[in-house]
Amino acid sequence: MISIRALMQPHRIVMMAVLLAVVIWCAVALRWDWIPEYAPLALEGLWRTIWILVVTCVLGFLLAIPLGLAQAIGPWYLSAPAGVFCTVIRGTPLLLQIWLLYYGLGSLFPQIPWIRGSELWPYLRQAWPYAVLALTLSYAGYEGEVMRGAFSSVNKGQLEAANAFGMPRFTMFRRIWLPQAIRNVLPTLGGETILQLKATPLVATITVVELYAVSSRVRSDTFIVYEPLILLAVFYMIIAGIIALMFRRFENRVPG
Amino acid sequence: MEFFFETLGLTESAKLLSLSPPGWGGNLLRGLANSLQIAFGAFGFGLLIGLFGAYGKLYGGVVLRDLLAVYTTVIRAVPELVLILILYYVGTDLINKISEAMGYGRVEISGVVAGIWVLGVVQGAYATEVLRGAIQAVPPGQIEAARAYGMPPFMLMRRVTIPAMMSFATPGLANLWLIATKDTALLAIVGFSELTLETRQAAASTRAYFTFFLAAGALYLIVTLCSGAVFARIEKWARRGQPSLKGAGR
Repeated sequence: MISIRALMQPHRIVMMAVLLAVVIWCAVALRWDWIPEYAPLALEGLWRTIWILVVTCVLGFLLAIPLGLAQAIGPWYLSAPAGVFCTVIRGTPLLLQIWLLYYGLGSLFPQIPWIRGSELWPYLRQAWPYAVLALTLSYAGYEGEVMRGAFSSVNKGQLEAANAFGMPRFTMFRRIWLPQAIRNVLPTLGGETILQLKATPLVATITVVELYAVSSRVRSDTFIVYEPLILLAVFYMIIAGIIALMFRRFENRVPG
Repeated sequence: MEFFFETLGLTESAKLLSLSPPGWGGNLLRGLANSLQIAFGAFGFGLLIGLFGAYGKLYGGVVLRDLLAVYTTVIRAVPELVLILILYYVGTDLINKISEAMGYGRVEISGVVAGIWVLGVVQGAYATEVLRGAIQAVPPGQIEAARAYGMPPFMLMRRVTIPAMMSFATPGLANLWLIATKDTALLAIVGFSELTLETRQAAASTRAYFTFFLAAGALYLIVTLCSGAVFARIEKWARRGQPSLKGAGR
């Protein structure tokens, strides 16, 4: 953490004063009268952003474990498809993937009678399942690559020791291999989670109303350009800061 | 060729993707050219910012260092999409204000220039960090030796620092280049007709979503894979003369 003394150098005090002046100028000179009207919508959007972030990160990570494992130790018929999946996901823009799933699948599904008749149809007509699917696959693709490195960097001796004790393979994976692999890549995972946060506004392009979409709506309703965008940037910085702090606490809790 | 498409049932897709006007292939390729142009420009602009930023962070005064820290932190914490919108509006507003003050009236800003400016500023923040790390990895003795010989700072940068840091910087820069090519897709949202937006327009007017999005994905993938090969060669070149680490660490 930044200590108080480090902040008390003369030039930093001046810079903080300038920052304060800018903030006060923003508060006084810019228009903020739209906030009360849009606050409920913004809160809803904030909640949806966080919800999408958490769900896609958890699901994506669960998918990344087999992907990483397949690439690290799997036979070729598992490692090759996993490698291709990761390359394709990492090699094409996320926006294109989201649009492919939403417009592509969205135009394909209504033509198939049994999908239209199924219980899931009311959900498949909305946009958010496609958003969650696209973001999950994207996170899995990037994390699969990270986990590949993590799994192959775990100390071989420990796995051999577990083997020598006659530990069943799954127990060994659960107790020794996975925890150590995750511990090694915790800092990377923190960075990737912030990248995932920064990817969430893309789902606004397929009509999911999250934080970014709310600011776009304010802009198109009131023609106020800068204020919603500045506030939006501040919101994202706060969320990114919280994620960074959470991961730092995690890292401090696991023994190095 | 036609027999090949027919057996695979792809005649319709091939017709849609053909380069001459009833097909949309020409549009996609034009979009790809635009994307690459912006990616090149933004990468170059970002490298320039990054080089100055890295020098500022390493050798600059306290105020400059803190300002650069704010720049890199803010840029890396805010989504690219939001930054693109902010920088796009700020850039166009500023230029219009200036040209109005000089009595020219409003000017139309080309999408390519706007895209390069917007993505370049974003890339600059990442490039600053990559290059700073690479410069720090150069053995300080080499730089001190050059200084001791009285080499002027610019020549030192050109002859010693940059060649010596290349091998450390290449992997990070390769990543940045890939990010640059993929971030051009975000310019579709401000209405610039690069590959992704061209694809969407083609798909929307023909209703053949899968054909076009998969084709565009393949184009992006080709760019990615080719640049991977190019950067591998650059890295090999940058590492010439360094001992091979093959078989070490076992």
